Amino acid sequence: MGQTLLQKVWDRHAVRTLPTGQTQLFIGLHLIHEVTSPQAFDMIRMRGDRVAFPDRTFATVDHIVPTLNQRRPFLDVLAEEMMCALEKNCREFGIPLYDIDNPGQGIVHVIGPELGLTQPGMTIACGDSHTSTHGAFGAIAFGIGTSQVRDVLASQCLAMEPLKVRRITVNGSLRPGVFAKDVILDIIRRLGVKGGTGYAYEYGGDAFDRMTMEERMTVCNMSIEGAARVGYVNPDETTFKYVEGRAFAPKGADFAKARSWWKSLASDSNATYDDVVLMDAGAIEPTVTWGINPGQSVGITEKLPSPGDVGASDKASVAEALEFMSFRGGMPIAGTKIDVAFIGSCTNGRISDLREAARLAKGRRVASNVKALVVPGSQSVRKLAEQEGLDKIFMEAGFEWRGAGCSMCLAMNPDQLQGRQICASSSNRNFKGRQGSPTGRTLLMSPAMVAAAAIAGEVVDVRKMLDREEVHA
Amino acid sequence: MTDSRFVDKISGRAVPLRGNDIDTDRIIPARFLKSVSFEGLETHAFEDDRKQLEERGQVHPFSNPSYAGARILVVNGNFGCGSSREHAPQALQRWGIRAVVGESFSEIFFGNSVALGMPCLTVAAADAEALLAAAEGDPQAEVRVSVSAQTVAVNGKTYQASVPAGAREAFTAGTWDATGLLLDDFEQVKKVAASLPYVSGF
Repeated sequence: MGQTLLQKVWDRHAVRTLPTGQTQLFIGLHLIHEVTSPQAFDMIRMRGDRVAFPDRTFATVDHIVPTLNQRRPFLDVLAEEMMCALEKNCREFGIPLYDIDNPGQGIVHVIGPELGLTQPGMTIACGDSHTSTHGAFGAIAFGIGTSQVRDVLASQCLAMEPLKVRRITVNGSLRPGVFAKDVILDIIRRLGVKGGTGYAYEYGGDAFDRMTMEERMTVCNMSIEGAARVGYVNPDETTFKYVEGRAFAPKGADFAKARSWWKSLASDSNATYDDVVLMDAGAIEPTVTWGINPGQSVGITEKLPSPGDVGASDKASVAEALEFMSFRGGMPIAGTKIDVAFIGSCTNGRISDLREAARLAKGRRVASNVKALVVPGSQSVRKLAEQEGLDKIFMEAGFEWRGAGCSMCLAMNPDQLQGRQICASSSNRNFKGRQGSPTGRTLLMSPAMVAAAAIAGEVVDVRKMLDREEVHA
Repeated sequence: MTDSRFVDKISGRAVPLRGNDIDTDRIIPARFLKSVSFEGLETHAFEDDRKQLEERGQVHPFSNPSYAGARILVVNGNFGCGSSREHAPQALQRWGIRAVVGESFSEIFFGNSVALGMPCLTVAAADAEALLAAAEGDPQAEVRVSVSAQTVAVNGKTYQASVPAGAREAFTAGTWDATGLLLDDFEQVKKVAASLPYVSGF
């Protein structure tokens, strides 16, 4: 009987069965950042432990860094203290750090792949739930908490319960104006925000075969929003081409060997799955969230649900979300006025995201009442975008062009909503208060849709702004 | 923190918190993560939710003096979804919570809670409703949780609960702080590392 990639990678990394019955799993790559690691280092010190594999641990700074003025010391003393703590911890334990003054710095889930640290067949852990991003490479990657960061620092291992695998096959072509972000929003909408509990999601089908690595990363990134701690795509030629030549990628003859190992890890054609879901890419519309979790979304041409439209178990959630958002059931999402537009984050802060947004922004103007931010996911993305002149396109259109960081995705830095502002956002979470104002409101959508909303001053169907021939191709 | 390594029978009053999909941003808003320690997080548990209810003349269970000193938190489904921040279970534990009972939990929140010695027990939806109603009806009612028996009892009724076998064993054997366990056989860890082509060379 065939095996899935999850089973193969799991078995290769299983150290032993613990007395608890859990698996002790070796972690091939440990990524750390300033927010969830300082307490873990303190625990290591208290125990008198060393970092077991400092060369398999890499650090960067992203959550708390300001994106406007990145000069040290940061104006926010708490943020500065966290920077100093990470710098001290990395020095003391011999961990490489991509600090704010390093051209490799950026959002941890953007720089791992960029540097070639992320490779197929690895187990990857990071104190951040969006670690599932790295599954795009055919790695088993998942978020952990600080005590588990301590465990990985001390032992390079975690105590894990087994995962089931749900195969999500998406066949067909995405229509123009529909992006990877819409695919994952649609998956979460269908399978629910708790549908993935206990599962790893394996994404496949010809829609995924055609996706670029950056598109696959966008989908895998938001697996956790559907409660799947792990999401992955089997490695293929697209994967190998992306990895080849990157700083930490195997070189020369090693790359050829690596490639055949990676290939062997892909799920077998006769692998058995715990669940299978089939979807049609052609049926997916540009999708926008209207509520307070990423599963509360509609296609751009649809209307919001009312509590009366949904099953008994969802009525309270729909009512709570409509009330928080000050929306009414039955209203269209198109036409919703916005105050802020945010393009960036580990979901959609890569170069292809900025290119799509710039295509919309070129020759147009941000609506006068909208504050619009473009925040590259890393310093490399920023540099590449500037070489391509995207920064100028954005600034001429009235977008602010910022330094790399998590920015307005999570409100741990100065980029935050004020009061009841509504933000069209390319990030991953629309939870109450997520973007910094306890009463602020978030509408998740693709970067192109955010750019379109910034220009129109309201949520619009991006397809109406694309060239006619593109839409009707 | 917890009194002992061995976590099994926990009893005390319960605080009921209704709602599905209560995410970790709501349990502890991100601005309180800007610290190099977990100290003081308990004062900010559900801070924004509490304030918003207060402004409408309502009282959040965590602001309600009747539930001060509660040791058991009763919730609905998908509790602790979202961000992996351990600050969420840390805030609850520092507030006084020793066990959480609900319809379902996000896996990362569940794992973080295990690492803190704070069990999360899953019960059927109807039983979560009964437990919520019991705590709402009588904030003084004593709730008794048994990890080993996988039960939750209140007002003379016992409800079947479940805790996955691995976590159950970790609680009752006192090995929920996994670091020691993971270092027990470090030779084997090195062996597995050496067997991986990306560690030892392709």
